Formats: sequence, structure tokens, C-alpha cells
Amino acid sequence: MGNILQAYENLKNSLDHASTDVDSHGQIVIQVGSATCENAAGAQLVRAEFEKLIKTTGRKDIIIKQTGCTGRCSEEPIVGVFMQNHIGVKYAHVTVEKVADIFQEHILGKTPVAKLMLDKKTDQLYEHVVTLCGSSHCRNKFYESWNATFQKLLKEKNISDKEVRVISGGCIGMCQHEDHDEHGVMMVYPENVIYRFLNEEELEDIIETQFVKKELATKHIVHTDKMVEEYFKFYGDVSFFNKQTRITLRNCGIIDPESLDDYIHAQGFEALAKVLQQGDPEGVVKEVIDSGLRGRGGGGFPTGIKWNNTRILNPTDPIKYVICNADEGDPGAFMDRSALEGDPFSIIEGMTIGAYAMGSCKGYLYIRAEYPLAIERIENAIQMARANNLLGKNILGSGFDFDLEIRLGAGAFVCGEETALIQSIEGKRGQPVMRPPYPSEKGLWGHPTSINNVETWANIPALLLRGADWFKRIGTEGSKGTKVFALAGKVNNTGLVEVPMGTTLREVIFDIGGGVPNGHQLKAIQTGGPSGGCIPFDKIDTPVDYESLKQIGSMMGSGGMIILDETDCIVSTSKFFLEFTKDESCGKCLPCREGTLRMLEILQRITDGHGELEDLDKLHRLGNMIKKTSLCGLGQSAPNPVLSAIKNFREEFEAHIVDKRCPTQTCQKLISYNIIVDKCTGCTLCARRCPVSCISGAKKMPHTIIQEDCIKCGECFNSCKFDAIEKI
Amino acid sequence: MLEMKKVNAIIDNIPVSVNEGTTIMEAADQIGHHVPRLCYHPHISTEGACRICVVEVEGRPNYIPSCATKLSEGMVIKTNTPELHQTRRDLVELMLNNHPSSCLTCERDGNCELQNLAYKLGVRDRLFEGSRKRYETDKSSPSVLRNPEKCVLCRRCIRVCSEVQGVNNLSQLYRGVDTVVAPAFGNDMIDSVCINCGQCINVCPTGAFLAKDDTDRVWEALNDKTKHVVVQTAPAIRAAIGEGFGMEQGIAATGQTVTALRRLGFDAIFDTNFAADLTIMEEATEFLNRFNNGGALPLITSCSPGWVKFLEHFYPEFIPNTSTCRSPMQMLSSLTKTYYAEKMGLNPEDIYVVSIMPCTAKKFEAVRPEHVTESGIPLTDAVLTTRELIWMIKAYGIDFVKLPESDFDNPMGYSTGAGDIFGSTGGVMEAALRTAYETITGESSDDIEYKEVRAVEGLREASLDINGITINVAVANGLNNAKTILEKVKRGEKEYHILEIMACPGGCVAGGGQPLTDAGKYVYPMDPTMIRKRQEALYNIDKNKEIRKSHENPYIIDLYKDYLGEIGGEKAHKLLHTHYHERTPRGIK
Repeated sequence: MGNILQAYENLKNSLDHASTDVDSHGQIVIQVGSATCENAAGAQLVRAEFEKLIKTTGRKDIIIKQTGCTGRCSEEPIVGVFMQNHIGVKYAHVTVEKVADIFQEHILGKTPVAKLMLDKKTDQLYEHVVTLCGSSHCRNKFYESWNATFQKLLKEKNISDKEVRVISGGCIGMCQHEDHDEHGVMMVYPENVIYRFLNEEELEDIIETQFVKKELATKHIVHTDKMVEEYFKFYGDVSFFNKQTRITLRNCGIIDPESLDDYIHAQGFEALAKVLQQGDPEGVVKEVIDSGLRGRGGGGFPTGIKWNNTRILNPTDPIKYVICNADEGDPGAFMDRSALEGDPFSIIEGMTIGAYAMGSCKGYLYIRAEYPLAIERIENAIQMARANNLLGKNILGSGFDFDLEIRLGAGAFVCGEETALIQSIEGKRGQPVMRPPYPSEKGLWGHPTSINNVETWANIPALLLRGADWFKRIGTEGSKGTKVFALAGKVNNTGLVEVPMGTTLREVIFDIGGGVPNGHQLKAIQTGGPSGGCIPFDKIDTPVDYESLKQIGSMMGSGGMIILDETDCIVSTSKFFLEFTKDESCGKCLPCREGTLRMLEILQRITDGHGELEDLDKLHRLGNMIKKTSLCGLGQSAPNPVLSAIKNFREEFEAHIVDKRCPTQTCQKLISYNIIVDKCTGCTLCARRCPVSCISGAKKMPHTIIQEDCIKCGECFNSCKFDAIEKI
Repeated sequence: MLEMKKVNAIIDNIPVSVNEGTTIMEAADQIGHHVPRLCYHPHISTEGACRICVVEVEGRPNYIPSCATKLSEGMVIKTNTPELHQTRRDLVELMLNNHPSSCLTCERDGNCELQNLAYKLGVRDRLFEGSRKRYETDKSSPSVLRNPEKCVLCRRCIRVCSEVQGVNNLSQLYRGVDTVVAPAFGNDMIDSVCINCGQCINVCPTGAFLAKDDTDRVWEALNDKTKHVVVQTAPAIRAAIGEGFGMEQGIAATGQTVTALRRLGFDAIFDTNFAADLTIMEEATEFLNRFNNGGALPLITSCSPGWVKFLEHFYPEFIPNTSTCRSPMQMLSSLTKTYYAEKMGLNPEDIYVVSIMPCTAKKFEAVRPEHVTESGIPLTDAVLTTRELIWMIKAYGIDFVKLPESDFDNPMGYSTGAGDIFGSTGGVMEAALRTAYETITGESSDDIEYKEVRAVEGLREASLDINGITINVAVANGLNNAKTILEKVKRGEKEYHILEIMACPGGCVAGGGQPLTDAGKYVYPMDPTMIRKRQEALYNIDKNKEIRKSHENPYIIDLYKDYLGEIGGEKAHKLLHTHYHERTPRGIK
């Protein structure tokens, strides 16, 4: 075995990174998102426009770089502009028209276009931005006091708030240096340094040196890793991002997902090289067990134990497989897609490390066919990794062989279930089979197999690079590390959020998500997709971790988080999820196949106004039976959305059943439109708009709606200029 | 022998100690607690899909399917709690809710596992009734009807078609409540690789698969004054027909069957066994010709029409190896419309031949275009399964058990013991060996029981020494076993001389047209004890026969002398032999 680390260094040096790096040669880098969502929002056109403009200037120091998804769905396309010694700026909703402004004013004129900036938090550029660690699970209690001290010192030294902006940041991952409970950590941009201070004197010294003398306060600098620096460099100053801690998504939106060069310079494959150099596969498994990492696909099974089982349960079988489950199917979830599109190499690296640890030489990526860009990027990454001896025979000269193959899923939700996924890879109908034996004993083609989800694999390189001790400092007692959520529904900032386990729902929804739009009230939070439950508002301070969510009748799931406000009907919502599971039931086991149909029929009855109170008992009886008897996780969790909705919002169900009324006026069959005689001017507009001509009345006389004929389309309600039509 | 490791557990407060690997269901069966079940079938793989056999295992939040879970040390299990009872009842109701309530007109009424469960578990009302699936019955096949409306998706048919028969014709289309069991691409059965063996019918817990009912045509023929209605009964009928009238398994009811047929009004009652003897004459000659002249070996038997269609779909390369002999049924039908017609002075067009068969594939065989007389009329006019004959006897009001015995009609009613054992796996081989031995050696032998080819299991091989010549034979029943042996031949692993292949597991005695097992009892199709008992009935007939070698059958000798001429000669070829052709779709090998 040769020197693997040396081989890695040689590879790293052979890649010409300098030309695309922001810091090294004084280039101006324009970053344009390029994930499926970004492209859909028009990122490709924006990029083309920038390219045109650069061409016209003839300048070689302006570089365009594509990145994966940053996670700010509602603001896309997002464009970042980075220059040496300047704080990076991100623009939201960039269109072809806006490109000219940004190019003229900012790139050529060096003055950022404040009105186009993401979150419009500022109208000017600060000289320095300071991120003070305010991560909720460890430092929260001191953040307030440190912040006060900081502000006081700035005032004393006459440093204006235009010069230095102080923001509260998420976990910087510095906890490992904790030797004193009350120390503080801050990062300063654009210098990209992290300072640690134990008391006011030290803080004052830092402020004096850094902001008055404009020098680095060298003796207070602590060295952190590149991952944290890069992330905060690009995103640290936006409130949506700075409360997050990104491990899975550490490179998403930062590196070019099609560039091995970029990945390697973000410490990519360093963990693999380290692991191969150490030559201790058992030690890798132990490290993963120690870290407390649990499966991110929803089940939360300890990853290290799964790996260990795959390693040892069938000792006589020389063939073992690793599989990446990228069959993301929850409605509204796109965590895996973003990771695949934004940082494909990290998944390959994670799988290679896992394969090495378990003694596997072959891996499969099971990706749903609806993710063409993700497939393209993973294919590209596999090819580049092969070309550079990071996949294939004798990886980095270590003697270890491993290769990957992509298998496309045909869109069945149930294929996310591991045994069904294996069946599908084998070319059979994607249906779950009985466990035990578990795949770690007898999986793909009867060989021990470890199936892990995209997010889990993406955690592996970071975990191995920094060690289990680092990893387990993030998160709670039982749930270590971070979790990515896809924030959707009635929330201001929809998008991808990665937070340390234990962050409360309130922080996720209000601090990062920006709360509920249009002044509405938060009603419920649906987590875990069609397998999870509705969490009522009064549980908003529940920390996000596997056990806590289970306790309140929901589950972590793969990371969907849908926010409902008071205008959302809980009965319809639970009906929607059940409709999904009914459609996605594979049909193998009776309770899931037939039971979900009957539950759906009952819910349909209720929303149609034909429900009876005993229907709630029937839903309960069926739901519990389906949960207790179904073959796989899909059936065992399918009734959750309905059961939790009945438990937490029983009165709303009763309103539908007893009063034949939908409190949110969502269920069409339960609403009616009436004309308020006093207000009606007889303008005839509604009668003319009515598609079924069920409104009658003479000109300038109050009109009436013939209820039997009304299809409740709401056209009259929407068109009346005198508010003379009421919806009840 | 190593002693099996024991596992100790508690089921319903009763301590049990069973061999390691025993399932909870098997262990509970041992203490006499039969957990209600549906998709379970002991002779095919475990599916664990219906969830009716769930039990409560201490420490587990969910119920566990007892059929698919092995007992482990220290388990504390409850097979019956009020909650479990309600769960099972609800599951069965869910099944009923998506099932037509047409029990009264269903062929399986009274012998339906779903009906039986609903009764036992007390589903007396419908709590969750709603919409119900609607499908047309696929009546395209002359053998097997497929009615997805009655399907409860237990997948036994899929499993038997794949695991036992290796045909893989059936699979599931669509998903969830829209799941439907059908041939590939939703094709009709007639356009599929279905070999018509009818094992799907036997294992179906309800009436989703049924044999095509041809009794009406036979009633009509019996009432048609212009028709001379001839009937023949296959060797395996007598071994099982009594079960349809509550008789004990393993009792041959030959005499009663003949009497019943006579009372039903058939004009002549022949024994297919006679033609079995004839088959041996032709096939043994065919073998010796090939053996002596370097023809295609191994010679493969051709009695089983399920196997023949399997051959044509999946192993056309073995067509030259397969005996060109028509099956005994078709030989007898052919002779009925020629030899017998001439003898009786009847116009073949006025003869209506009915065959009573343990087999659904015979219905397909009867309509194959190769099986017609010189003037183009089918050799066999109607094929009835054992089950159909039982209904006819019951419909007529005949008290079968009390019937006096009577004999078949001549000249085609007498068979030797060799013909009688055709109904069991290995029977054709044994009968052929009895004749081949004497033909090769030229001497008579009393040692004629070839027990090495008798058994219930699916695949047997034997090597026999005849006059210093080693003859390698193999007997396969269940087409997956046939696959195994054919692949072996293809790989050239061993030189075989004769292969007997029967489509159905156990041979014709367990054919797709035989009486079904009782839905209320825990005995299933393919049950080895049941197969053995039916086989024994046939071997007992053979044992008690005066003449036990086909070539000694005096009626056969006369037939060749008076009518056919040379064995394997031109006339024999025209009347008793057929040909095969490759079929598409070819399915999956």
C-alpha cells in the first residue's frame, strides 16, 4: 500500500483551483444557482445574460460559477457576487432585466444594489460583519449578555454601527474548544477569522485590534475548519442562513457541483483518504457508532449499528452491498434532491467510506427518475471520480476497490422502503417483503446490504473528517448532528433548512422561516410527510429530534415540514395525505391496501357533509388496526396524519359532522354563498359571471342564488364589488 | 444425526419447546391452536400479506404475522385476545367489502376460505362498507377462468405459478386497491404463457380462478338422441372422486364411477387406462427405435398437456426429444372415432366423446387443431374435470357412495396394472420400464415394481441395469423440477435416456381438476399425505391386477392384430401420434 494521503495531496495539487477561487487572485466571482428549482425560476437565462455582459467588457477576472441549491426556494434565482476584501452580496429574484443593474453598479461600479439584495436587510454594505455564536442548544444563555457587552464596547470606541454589523449566528461548531462555559465565539468578515474570548478584556482587545487598529488580533484567533468558514463566508450574513448549521448541505450553494476541483478544495475526499490511510475499517464503524448518527430517512436507526450488522451478521458471505436511498417521495420534500444536485461528490465519498468500513465493493444509487438533473450530476460525479482514481480499482493506491451504479426508480413511493427498494433494484415489482431477515443480513440478491439515505451518506465525510466527538456535540442526547427540513406551506421563507437536532419548532418556523405570512396565525405543523402527524400550535416549543416528535404523535420522517395557518382545513389536509398513501399503497398487505381506502371514504363522507359521529370511532378503529398490522412502514404510519388530526383538532371534525360546517370554509360541499339583500345593488355582474346561471334578479333589484344549482365556484363572491355576497 | 436445537417459548400460557426455525404458526398448530390464516400455504413460500394470522408478542408494539415469524427463545405470545379477535374480524371484513356478495351463485360456495373465515370470525355486519372493485371475468381460455373481482390478492396463484410450475405467467399489475393479478401486460389468459395446469385454481382461497365449466354441453349431448355419447375416465379420477362424496382419501371408486356414468346416460364407458397401455406400446417402441438407431435422447413423455405447452413456450429445443405419442386421452378418443366407430357401424360425426380428466389442461388439449380426425372433427368433444363429474352426479341425485360397482365397456375398457399407475408421478416411467425391460432382454420378469421411481417428491433419478446396459431415467413433477432436469440435460451433465415429466406436483392425482381440499380444514392442495393416499389407491389397483404389463393386455394385442397393424407403424402413427410447435409469447426462461 502506497502513501494514500500523498496520493490525495498530489491529486489536489494537480487540480487548478486558483482560477475559480474568490480569494486567491482578486477575481470577481458571480455565483448563479443551478439546481432544478433555480433553473425553473430562470437561473439559466440570468447566467447567459451575465456571460454576455462579461464578454462585452472583455475582462478575464470576472468569473461565473454555478452552484447547487442554496435552499431559498421562494427567492430564486439567487445570484451571489464576491470580491476580495468585500463582504459577499446575494441578490434575490434576479431576472434578465436586473442583471444589467447588478453588473453595472456592483460588479463594475463596486456599489451593491441594495434594493435587489436578498431579504433586503440592509441598504448599505458594512465594512465588517460579525457573527456572534448564538446557537440555541449550547450558547443561547450567553449570547444576550455577550451581545450587550459587544455593543457597549463598540459605542465606547466610537465605532459606528455602519462600520460593524453584529448578527447572531448558528452553531459554528467551536464547542469542541470549550474549556470554559462562558466563553464567546465570533467570526469576522471579510477577514474570515474566528475569535474566541473568555472575558470582557479579551473581547475589548479583539475589538480594539480588529476594528480600530484594523489588524488581526492574532492571539485570539482559533482555527476552525474550512467547512464552517466557507459556509459563513457565503451565507453568514443572511438571517435565514445564520441560524442554521450545515453539515449535510455544507457545500450546497457554495461549490460547483460539477467540479471535482471545487469539491476537493472544500476538503472533499480528504476523509476518504484519511480513512484509507488508517486502514482500520472496524475503527470507521466504531467512529460512526460513537458519533450517534441515526438514519436520516425517517426511521432513525443508528447508522453505525446498521453498518456493524452488515459487517458481521453474515461473516461467510464475501459479497456485500451499499445502497443510497435517493427515492425521495414525500409530498413537498426535496432535501435529497438538493443534496444530490448541489453536492454529489459528498454522497459518493460517504458511500465509498461506508463500503470500505463494511467490506463492500459495489454500491447502488437508487434515484427516482423524476430527478433528471440529480441523475446527471451524480453520473458526472461518478465519472470524474473514476477518472481520478477515487472510484474503481485500487482507490488512491490503497488496494481497495469500489464502484457505483445508478438505478432509477419509477416513481413508487413505497420503493423508499428498504426491502421494496431492493426488490426494485433486483428488477422485481417494488413491494416490501417480510423482515427479518433484515437487509444487513440478507439484502440485495441475498447478500448483506446497508441501505442509507442520501442525507445520512452526506454526513459521513464530515463526520469522519472531524471525528465522532465533534459530531456528537451537535444535537441532543438521543439525536446527534443536524437535520435538513424542507420548509413549505404557510411560511414566509420556504426552503431548505438544516438545523442542529434539538432546535425548537418555533426557531425553525419563526427565526429561520420568518413566520406565517399575511398576518395569519400558525395553526399546525405537519412533519414527517404522509407518515407523520399534525402538531398543534401549543407544541411549538417542542425540540426537533426523533423522540420528541414521536412523543407528540408525529415523526421526524425524511424532513418534510408543512406549515398550516388558520385558513387551512385540518380535515381536508388529513384527507390529502391519506389520498396520497392510498394511491401509493403497493397493494401487498391487506390492512394498508383496503384500510386506507375505507378511511379515505369515511373522510370524504365527512367533508361532503354526510359524516356521522361514529365515523370518528371507525377512523380510530381502522387507523389503529392498520398501524398495528401493516407489513411495512408505509402502512404502519399511513393513518398518522388522520389520527393525530382527530386527536388535536377533534372539534373541527365535529363541526364538519354535527354542524355540517367547515370552519375554514375550505370544504366545498359545506359552504354556501348568499346575497345580502341590503348590500346588493342589482348590478347583475354576479349573474353574468355565474357559469351555471343560478343567480337571478331584475336589474337594480337584489339578486338571489338558487342554492340547488350552485356549484360553489365562488365566481360571484370574487366578482361582487359591493361585498354583497357572503360565504358561509 | 445432529439433534435440532430447541427453542422455548410460551404460547397462550402454554410452554412450548420446538425445533429452531419453527414459525409461531407452526408452533401454535402443535399445541392445537390454529391461528386463522388466509394467504398462508404450507407448500409454497410465505407471503405474510393478509395479516389475518397476526398474533401479539410481548414487548412488540405491533402485531406479528405468525406465518412469517420464527419462534425465538423466550417469546411470550398470545394468539387470542379480544383486540386480536376484533383485528382479524376487521381484516376479513375489509376483504369482504371489496368482494362480490355472490356466494350463492359461486362455484366455491361452501368451500371458500374467505367465506369460512368470515363465518368463523363472526363478520355479521359491515362497518366499513364502501365502493367495490369491478372487473370482467377473463373467459378467453378453454381451461382457466380468471375473475379478478373475487381475488383477495393473497398471491398464492402467483407463487404456485412461479415457484412450483416455473411458468411465471401471473403477476400483479397496478398498485394499491387497483392491484390486479393477471398475465403480463394484462393479456388475456389465452394470449399468455399459461400452460392451463389449473394449480392456481387449486390454491385459490376463493373463486378468483376457476376451471371452465363444460357440463352444460355434456348434459345437452346426453339428451341428444342422434348422438352416441362415449365417455372415458382418466387413471387419476378413481383415486379421488370419492372425496367429492365424503369418502375417505385413498379409496379407489372405479366401479361406482362406472355405474354413475352409466346412470347418467352415457352409451359407452371406456377406460383411459386402456389407452395408457397403448401409449406404452407406442412409446416404448419409440424409445427403443431411438435407442438403437441414435435418435434424440432422452425421450421425454408427452402425456401431460400442461407440460407439452410448457415445452412449446419455454423449451422448444426439446421438441425433437419429446415423444410424438398423443396422450392416452387423445389416443382413446381417436380410436373411438375410428376403430370403435367402424366396429359399431357408427358415423364418427354422430359420436360425442366426453373425457373425465383430473386436469384442466386437457380442455385446452382437446381444442388443439392437431387433435382432429381425418375429416376434421375434434377427437374429444368435451372434457370434464373430476369436479365437474361430481356436480353432475350430485345434480342427478345419484347417491354415489351407495352405488353398486360395475365394469367398463369393451373393447376399450380393460387395462393392465401398468396403465392404472399412469395417474401417479413415476407411473408412466414404471409402466414403460416394465415393457422396455422385456423387449430389450426378451425375457419375462416377475420383478416389475420399480420403486426407485415412485415417490411424492418432485424430482427423482434412477439408473437401471438392463442386460448390462445402464438406462438413466428421471421423473419430474411440477414444472420447476422439469426445468431443473432439462437445464441439466442442456449442460450435458449426465446422459439421460428417458424423462417423465408431469406438470402437476404429484402427477395427475393432484391435477388442477381434482376435488378441492376442505376450506375449513388445514389441509391444502399439494399436501403430501393427500397425494400419497391417492397414489396408493392406484398402486393398490395395480398390485391386485392379474396382468401388470401393457404389452400383455389381450385387448391391445387384438387391437394391433385386427386394426392398427404394426406397433409404431403407419396407421398407428396417423391415429396415435401428433406433433408440436414453438409458441410465443415465450415468457421468461
